[in-house]
Amino acid sequence: MSYLDILFLVLPETFVVVTAFVALGFDLTLFRRKTWKARVNTAALITTIGCVTAIVWLWRTMPPTAIHHSEDILVLTSLTHLLKIVVLILTVLTAWISIESEFTNHVGEYFALLLLGTVGMMFLVSSENLLMIFVALELLSLSLYTMTAFNKQNVRSAEAALKYFLFGGMSAAFLLFGFSWVYGLTGEITLRGIGTELANHKMDPLLMAALIMIVTGFGFKVAAVPFHLWAPDTYQGAPAPTAAFIASGSKVASFFILAKLLVAGFAPSAGGAAWRNFTDGWVPLLAVVAALSVIIGNVAAIAQSSVRRLLAYSAVAHAGYALIGIIALGKNGIASLIYYVVTYAFTVLGAFGVVAVVEEKSHDERFGAFAGLGKRAPVLSFCMMIFMLSLAGIPPLAGFFGKFYLFAAALSGWQDLALLWLVILAIAMSAVSLYYYLQVLKQIYVIPGEGSTLRASWPAKMSIVLLAASVVALGLAPNLLLDRLMPAVQRSWAALK
Amino acid sequence: MLAWTVYLSFIGALVLLAVPAASARAARIIALLFALGGLMCALIGAFEYKPEAGIATIYKTAWIPALGIQYHLAVDGISLTLVLLTAIAAVVGILFSWNVEHRAKEFFAFYLALIGGVYGVFISFDLFLLFVFYELAIIPKYFLIAIWGSTQREYGAMKLVLYSFVGSAMVLIGLIAAYAVAGGQTGIYTFNLLELAKFGFPESFQRWAFPLVFVGFAILAGLWPFHTWAPTGHVAAPTAASMLLAGVVMKLGAYGALRVAMTLFPQGLAVWRNVIAVLAVIGIVYGALVALVQRDFKFVIGYSSVSHMGFVLLGLMTLTTIGLSGAVLQMFSHGIIAGLLFGVVGRMVYDRTHTRDFGELESMHLNRAIPFAARTFVLAGLASMGLPGFSGFIAELQVLIGAWQAFPTLAVICGLGIIIGAAYTLRAIQKSFYSGARIDANPGAALLETISVPERIGAVVLLGATIVIGVYPTLLLNLIKSGFNSPLMSPLVKGGGL
Repeated sequence: MSYLDILFLVLPETFVVVTAFVALGFDLTLFRRKTWKARVNTAALITTIGCVTAIVWLWRTMPPTAIHHSEDILVLTSLTHLLKIVVLILTVLTAWISIESEFTNHVGEYFALLLLGTVGMMFLVSSENLLMIFVALELLSLSLYTMTAFNKQNVRSAEAALKYFLFGGMSAAFLLFGFSWVYGLTGEITLRGIGTELANHKMDPLLMAALIMIVTGFGFKVAAVPFHLWAPDTYQGAPAPTAAFIASGSKVASFFILAKLLVAGFAPSAGGAAWRNFTDGWVPLLAVVAALSVIIGNVAAIAQSSVRRLLAYSAVAHAGYALIGIIALGKNGIASLIYYVVTYAFTVLGAFGVVAVVEEKSHDERFGAFAGLGKRAPVLSFCMMIFMLSLAGIPPLAGFFGKFYLFAAALSGWQDLALLWLVILAIAMSAVSLYYYLQVLKQIYVIPGEGSTLRASWPAKMSIVLLAASVVALGLAPNLLLDRLMPAVQRSWAALK
Repeated sequence: MLAWTVYLSFIGALVLLAVPAASARAARIIALLFALGGLMCALIGAFEYKPEAGIATIYKTAWIPALGIQYHLAVDGISLTLVLLTAIAAVVGILFSWNVEHRAKEFFAFYLALIGGVYGVFISFDLFLLFVFYELAIIPKYFLIAIWGSTQREYGAMKLVLYSFVGSAMVLIGLIAAYAVAGGQTGIYTFNLLELAKFGFPESFQRWAFPLVFVGFAILAGLWPFHTWAPTGHVAAPTAASMLLAGVVMKLGAYGALRVAMTLFPQGLAVWRNVIAVLAVIGIVYGALVALVQRDFKFVIGYSSVSHMGFVLLGLMTLTTIGLSGAVLQMFSHGIIAGLLFGVVGRMVYDRTHTRDFGELESMHLNRAIPFAARTFVLAGLASMGLPGFSGFIAELQVLIGAWQAFPTLAVICGLGIIIGAAYTLRAIQKSFYSGARIDANPGAALLETISVPERIGAVVLLGATIVIGVYPTLLLNLIKSGFNSPLMSPLVKGGGL
């Protein structure tokens, strides 16, 4: 295969990289002296054009069968194409929301990093090679660290970035160490190779240690307990669009690759997590992490009085729910996980969009800033209601079907309702979660507030409304996504039950 | 036609959100039109329905085929009865909210959304769909109470919503587990109620799944000791919302318990039947006793609802034709009567006097100031006590006969509950309207505004409904009994027809 062929396969990624440089170049040359508004609008426009081009390209070149390339560094299936499209959509919407908050003067750099982070995600989802997974993950993470620190006027932003970076660097080290052990045990760095090697490999302490380190590394990325401590500070200190991006796009990519890694690569050493009957493997590990995340995330969220911190703890809880999809194994598990994280990403992106708008006007993101929002910004408030209720899992919104599908997959994926304890815990905790989501809605609709009408710029408003509409649409008709997802999962993982 | 009860309600809610904020008058007229539309649909549906038809499918199509979820709307005699109740309560609730001026548009939008969810539960025969509608009805309740309520409204609203949500979480666990168990054995994953009811779950599974799902639903029906959301919620709620809560939403719980828990898990039912019957009777007596000592007028009605819903649950546990149909008739009857009582207390009395404390009401001579309210309350009170000629009599009598066959001791204790029921109702009538204090004690009482036309219409409609059913119960009983003849419900009935 010649280099031209490779370039052809990674054409969407190339589009995005070029877009990043175009955005940077434009801002540093032609638009240097223009107003902030003009610069940010141009950058967002360039981002949109680049990403939409990539989306159209991906849509039209869905591979019917998997394309494996050079040591599985690049594995293209219709599923990875689908996920790249989702990631790109999230990037475009994040760019639109960025128009709303004036937190930095370095517009070009910000958008370039946003796009480079996106490239990292795109490579991440389409790789089945440990080295490439690590490199892509670092590309994504480094972009995110920098984007977190972008608000130079705000000390919290710097603190958040430093915390995020230190925790992130540590977890990357764990991950790499874990990978190296896996390589030492199996002599393979492709997931397929590892899977075949492990099939004849009994569970031993060395492998378990490697698994623990891998789960630690990814547990940080997805903010699962006990690796979640960076999340509240980062969500609070980072500029709103960055926080939105961390919570949405990066979650989708990380969860997908974690699922792929464990379910495709380590299927033979899964183990079991039936109540009082754990058997060695990564399933009991994830089950414990999921249970802790669901409990601690939801309970800690109750005590928050800042919407951003509340969203951070709720993200911890949602990470717990999503992990259940990985534990469920099987095609339904993967499909439910993807459905869940994708709809979650839409929801939380929209919620952060609303936070960004409110914050820009009142410079505050505690509950009080939302008081009486129902009167001041009826459309945004209605969208926020949809987001909050979807996060709480109220039908007919996407969040409900997402949870439902996860739990159904978890119970039907194992014999004798083995995961019933986890599902009961998760459902019980989701009843708790309604309390704090309602606290936000109470501020918006029940508590009378002061202040004038809030006006958001139209791209930000449009992206929020679009997200709310998609949350409703995906809830009412989950088939919109499932009809594409199921066949893609079917084809990509033919071996799975 | 019946499907339009659901659609019209939701369309109405959206229309209300879309109209400009200005006019409260426009909002209530729009809401009333949509509620009347729902009532028309319900009535036409009821006339078109043939009791021989059993479970008549209205609409059925695949919704989420990947998980075997269908969009399946259907009715039988039981759901039709409750749809009619909902339709009447919806219209009357709007009539009794004619004085809502504060954020009227949103009020009626939430109101119609709640109604839409309730209709949806009664006509869904796919469990996933039923659950969607069931939860859909939870959120509007929070806002209705938290924004437009009175006493401790935020507390009452949150308590009610969390209780409902915990209940529905229990139901959800049970349903997903049932789905996984049945699908795992047959290989066909489905949420179709009729299919799942035929499956026959293993007994060990039914043993824990039944109480989970039954109690999950019954929390909303005010099952003792999970009833405590009911009085606080009812009291905190604005009039129309308490009418709907007591009148219709509590029936959602009882309906779900009957339609889902009892049909899916008959063996579990057999195991837990006595326990639940005892809890129901405790609810009857306890609710009545607590109602007897309240100082707040609305709390009396709130606790009386717990007591009356006890009859519904007891009727369900009898598993005889007469007891079961009595339970369903009691759902209808209590829906009408509780709606009327809350209407009188909340709208006619509280909105005028701004107090519900018996001590203060005693000095107001309400029987002279608002005689229409006094007469309505007396009639409603008689109906609530279960006097012959009103629907409550027929319903509670049937439940008692059923209970006599199934649990003789409990039936006797129940009789005690009825006597206390008479006592607290008479006490409330006396304290609120006919206190007999000196005439000129409070000259301000005469200044209360007169009862408005919408209130009068609403009260007459509800009184008419309870009297018509009281005098000619066959009208509904034929429908209800036909509901228990269907292949879905008939295995429940263990004999004892009359």
